[in-house]
Amino acid sequence: MGLIYALNGLYFAAFLFLTSLGLNIILGVMGILNLAHGSLYAVGGFMAAYLIGLMAQSSLPVMLLVSVLGAVAVAGLVGFVLETTLIKHMYRRALEYQLLITFGILMLIEDLIKLIFGGESRYASAPFDAMGSLDIMGYTYSVYFLFVMAVAVAAGLFIWWLMVRTRLGIMLRAIEMDREMAQAMGIPMRSLTIAAFMLGSAFAGLAGALVVPTTPAVMGMGMDPLIMAFIVVVIGGLGSLKGAFLGSIIVGLTRSYTIAYFAELEMPLLFLIAVVILVIRPEGLFGQK
Amino acid sequence: MKRYIVNSRAACYAAILIVLLVLPQFITPYHVTLMETGLSLAIMALGVNLLLRYTGVLSFGHGAYFAAGAYAVGLLYMYLPDHFTFENAILAALLVSAAISALFGLVCVRHTRVFFSILTLALCMLLFAVLEKAYHYTGGSDGIRIPIPLFFGHEFEGMRRFQFLCGPYYYIVVGIFAAASLVMLAIVNSPFGKILQATRDNELRAEMIGIRVKRYRLYAFIISGIFSGLSGGVWSFVNGHITPEICNWVFSGEVVYMVLLGGFMIFEGPIVGAVAFTYLRLYAVATTQYWMLIIGATLIFLVLALPGGITGGIQSLFNRLKPKRA
Repeated sequence: MGLIYALNGLYFAAFLFLTSLGLNIILGVMGILNLAHGSLYAVGGFMAAYLIGLMAQSSLPVMLLVSVLGAVAVAGLVGFVLETTLIKHMYRRALEYQLLITFGILMLIEDLIKLIFGGESRYASAPFDAMGSLDIMGYTYSVYFLFVMAVAVAAGLFIWWLMVRTRLGIMLRAIEMDREMAQAMGIPMRSLTIAAFMLGSAFAGLAGALVVPTTPAVMGMGMDPLIMAFIVVVIGGLGSLKGAFLGSIIVGLTRSYTIAYFAELEMPLLFLIAVVILVIRPEGLFGQK
Repeated sequence: MKRYIVNSRAACYAAILIVLLVLPQFITPYHVTLMETGLSLAIMALGVNLLLRYTGVLSFGHGAYFAAGAYAVGLLYMYLPDHFTFENAILAALLVSAAISALFGLVCVRHTRVFFSILTLALCMLLFAVLEKAYHYTGGSDGIRIPIPLFFGHEFEGMRRFQFLCGPYYYIVVGIFAAASLVMLAIVNSPFGKILQATRDNELRAEMIGIRVKRYRLYAFIISGIFSGLSGGVWSFVNGHITPEICNWVFSGEVVYMVLLGGFMIFEGPIVGAVAFTYLRLYAVATTQYWMLIIGATLIFLVLALPGGITGGIQSLFNRLKPKRA
């Protein structure tokens, strides 16, 4: 049984990694803790569920591709609108205003989802069912979970490549290190911060789109992942890709094993781990002071 | 001149207190209970603002200490029903919230800025998880019912809940609110309050002149936790029922919203904000099922256009109307 718990934990880790990725980019590059991140995740989830519902007759790859791309595009678009209308006024404002505006956006998006998609839950398990299951050392395991893990690894590699190897990533990291200096060097701040916010939002949408085949899209679906992503970011260190990766695995495996053995302790234990790590290493595992 | 200002402020407070005391004669019983909610939340908003305005750190998890106070009352009723009197309940709320905020504060005060906010939020959700999962001890998500208590040996026998809330309890709430506000006013104007402001303005400089910054930040954290606990204790009787939802971070966010709505730069701002928010929320919920849309849009408008909140707006209006003196 141990193997299954490990696999479940890794699946959960993959999913957390995807959720925290976008949060981390926005926090790192823009210095803004986006409380509405979970709502963008929900936007992705509802959009994907809607698209899957439309394409009941299509083949699996088409369904997955269209639903995921559609969700990512819509979440990215919402991110673009948010940045260019509201968030852009916030960079010079105090922390309390930055946090509260994203809190306001959270409430706004929650109700907009209700307005557009209706309040009821949306089931979209077609891709999950179509992928079937696999025999792993005598246990049946859904292929879809393995697929999500693969996507998470691919996303991690993509971000690593983007941040380390491309001009865009180098400029983003420059902003992260020293905003004023980056601006003085002629880095186009406006378009880059828009790009970073869209990228973060799109990743939230991706995570949401990947979860709906396993659990239905419901109102408030973004709340728990948001808190989990906070824990991952706190454990791993602000703005650290390595930290987010390791943090996700720690949280994922802990959750899976505690659910298996002491289900009651699941959430408290996770928070406890985060607190212990912070007491020992206040900046997180890979964070910079 | 200074004396004159102090006196006019005292006169103003006295006038507000009198208005609050005669208010039940003029408004419907339902609005009396709403005022009770607003005033009890105002105590918490004052506590949150001690951290935000005077210490310079923003807590997004004060729901934890509010819940600590409310659950102290609830658990007292569940486990020691013989000792369930109003004064014991409030004492329990103060002690439990002080203990929990001291414990959580030890972790939080090592940080400032966004890290402080995330940490307070995470610890709040830790308590939320405990309250929700420990079904056998706290009633889980069903929560705990809070009956009418004895009040210094006086029994409100035969009184309906609603009668109790509209009658005697309103004056108790006003009394506690007034006392708490005056205590907070004394705290922020005391040398202790000035030290907090020094740590806010320049942590390094404060450290250099011999202030133990983290220790003072912890004291402020505990005081603000106790105010939140008192608020939770008082509020639990108004609501008559408590659930872990008050420990959810969304509630903590709403309290920060109240503080900003009223205006956090002015001492009385959070009080105005708490009462205004209670009414705003009521009307939003009553008019549409999309009430979050209204609350969220109001918040965004506030941040963009009226960062000083209600009191800040009124103040700048006064400054504009006042004839310029040479």
